[in-house]
Amino acid sequence: MQQKRTKSLAVAACLAAMLAVAGCHKKKVAPPPPTAPPATTAPAPTASITATPDTINSGDQVVLNWQTTNATDVSIDGLGSVATSGTQSVRPTQTTTYHLVAHGDGGTADATATVTVEAPTSTPAPTESAITEDVFEQNVKPIFFDYDSYSIRPDAQTTLQGDANYLNQNPQLKVVVGGYCDDRGSIEYNLALGENRANAAKQALVSLGISPDRLRTVSYGKEKQFCTEDNEACWQQNRRAQFTLDQ
Amino acid sequence: MIRNLPKKHSIPRSFCFFALLAVTASALRAQDWVHIESNVGVTKIRIASADFKPGSTDPKTMPMKFVFDQTLYNDLRYAGVFDVVSKSMIPNTEPGTPQEINLANWAAAPSSAAYVAFGNLSVNGGQLSVQGFLYDTHAQQNAQLLGKQFSDVATVEATRMIAHRFADEIVQQLTGIQGIAETKIYYVSDRSGHREIWSMDYDGFNQRQLTYLHTDSLAPAVSPDNSRVAFSSMGRDGWSIRMYSLILNRMVSFPMWGGTTLSPAWSSDGAKLAYSSARTGNPDIYVCDASGAGSHRITAFLGPNVSPAWNPKTNAQIAWVSGRTKLPQIYVMDTDGSNVMRMTDGGYATSPSWSPNGELLAFAWQRNYGPGVPGSEDIYIMDIASKAWTQLTHDSGANDFPSWSPDNRHIVFQRRENGHTEIWMMLADGTDQQQLTQEGNNLMPDWSWK
Repeated sequence: MQQKRTKSLAVAACLAAMLAVAGCHKKKVAPPPPTAPPATTAPAPTASITATPDTINSGDQVVLNWQTTNATDVSIDGLGSVATSGTQSVRPTQTTTYHLVAHGDGGTADATATVTVEAPTSTPAPTESAITEDVFEQNVKPIFFDYDSYSIRPDAQTTLQGDANYLNQNPQLKVVVGGYCDDRGSIEYNLALGENRANAAKQALVSLGISPDRLRTVSYGKEKQFCTEDNEACWQQNRRAQFTLDQ
Repeated sequence: MIRNLPKKHSIPRSFCFFALLAVTASALRAQDWVHIESNVGVTKIRIASADFKPGSTDPKTMPMKFVFDQTLYNDLRYAGVFDVVSKSMIPNTEPGTPQEINLANWAAAPSSAAYVAFGNLSVNGGQLSVQGFLYDTHAQQNAQLLGKQFSDVATVEATRMIAHRFADEIVQQLTGIQGIAETKIYYVSDRSGHREIWSMDYDGFNQRQLTYLHTDSLAPAVSPDNSRVAFSSMGRDGWSIRMYSLILNRMVSFPMWGGTTLSPAWSSDGAKLAYSSARTGNPDIYVCDASGAGSHRITAFLGPNVSPAWNPKTNAQIAWVSGRTKLPQIYVMDTDGSNVMRMTDGGYATSPSWSPNGELLAFAWQRNYGPGVPGSEDIYIMDIASKAWTQLTHDSGANDFPSWSPDNRHIVFQRRENGHTEIWMMLADGTDQQQLTQEGNNLMPDWSWK
């Protein structure tokens, strides 16, 4: 940087003032001449600078774009001396203000552009509907049916009451009602019977106050077994309607 | 009921269209057979199938010839209308042309054949060509009934197909009925790791996987024009009807209505589909156009309604399974839902299939069913007019899902035995049972319409 000599102490005092105003300079250089009183007739410089984008993640690229007029000497903090107009890409890792100073015969002009560097996103706080499948199934229990039947038994009605209470307490939950059969009999007939069972459970929940558009029925017939022994205890286990979380 | 074929000059004797009780059946079993129709005078036509003469020295000729000879012999055997002379009893010659055959040798004992099929086969430069003849061994004049020429590429598959075509020609010539040798069976197999839709020739050869949906797919139903296979498949939102195009060899779109949708069934004119849908919450029978448009419900019984089957002769009735009185029973109704008739009187009855002549239902029945009651599941047929029925399978595993052949003489079904399920074929009187599949579990067969 070229230095220009001044002639008087008054100028030096102005220089001191200029230093105070100008903020951080990397280089200790003699400041440019202060904007003069109307005694001088050179036009004042102008300066502008933009940073695009102005908000980034750490290490992303930013393009600085500046323009000046009536300037003979332009510098940007951190970049040093630059052309009177131009672009430059930068990759700041923390929030940075780019300060441009333009000197000319008519004085000095400043401009700044700030780039905000965002911190990495943290794990979102758990929402109130983060109920896991396990928790759900502990609270919403299956109901069981008699052989070749899709009627709701008294014990099933009691279970459904508890299920409905939980679903009413958690109105954001949507449910798949699966209908199941024991493994005797026809594949196709059991798919239809499973549908009747799922629907019976759904209707029972609706009559306990659960909105039907929260409940979706699927029949598995005898295609998914909960146990495989060939006895009534196991067959009873398989004759059920089961509730799971719907995505 | 004895049915005579329309008399044609080429048919030498009346032939009984449907035999329910073979005269030469094994000793009557202890079960309660009900004889709906006994057919006196069931005569099977005695035919000899000669080994064809190799017509060239190309190295592929002999292998193709072996395939052809074996396939033709089996096709004539499976047709159910022939008494095919065993290969150990035919004259030790391979007549290639009518000039080379001595008909008297074939008519005489031990062959004693009324007809003989013979000819020649050669491969030249990768191309197979077959000449096949059918002769009446006793006729003094006009002994030739068929003289056919076939050609195709010299592959095992094409050779089989030529043998199938020739066999069907023979069946048509001698009985007036279209044979089944060129028909296909569509079924479910889990050997790939998922239950997918497969197809095979009627004799169990040429088994090939059609769908690759990697889910549970069931109940294939091929369209009457052999262009598409409808089936039920478990998707993200439950069971729906899917459609596979046999012409494009890929899935094609079909409407999804929501609710468990099962068991599609084609009307015999290909215009309509019947199916079971639970879109209202209760599984009911619906009918729609083949495109899926115009669905309307035709049953209104609470309880599972599933597995519809059209009367293929009239398309004016549908049989189906209903649980309205608890255990599933077979019912018949008009296609507008009226005139509901209950067909079975108890037990656990499912899987109705309506015979091509419109007169019989085949279905699966467990006549003793209930907690703690051991019962066998067997294939039965029932005369619809009289509701008289007879049992076709006995003491052989759990049998289900019968499907009629287009010649009204055969039934294909599934049998679960020794821990796995396979597909079997039999004559409609329960005889000549043949296992068609071996690998994995194979079930829910559907016989093509042609």
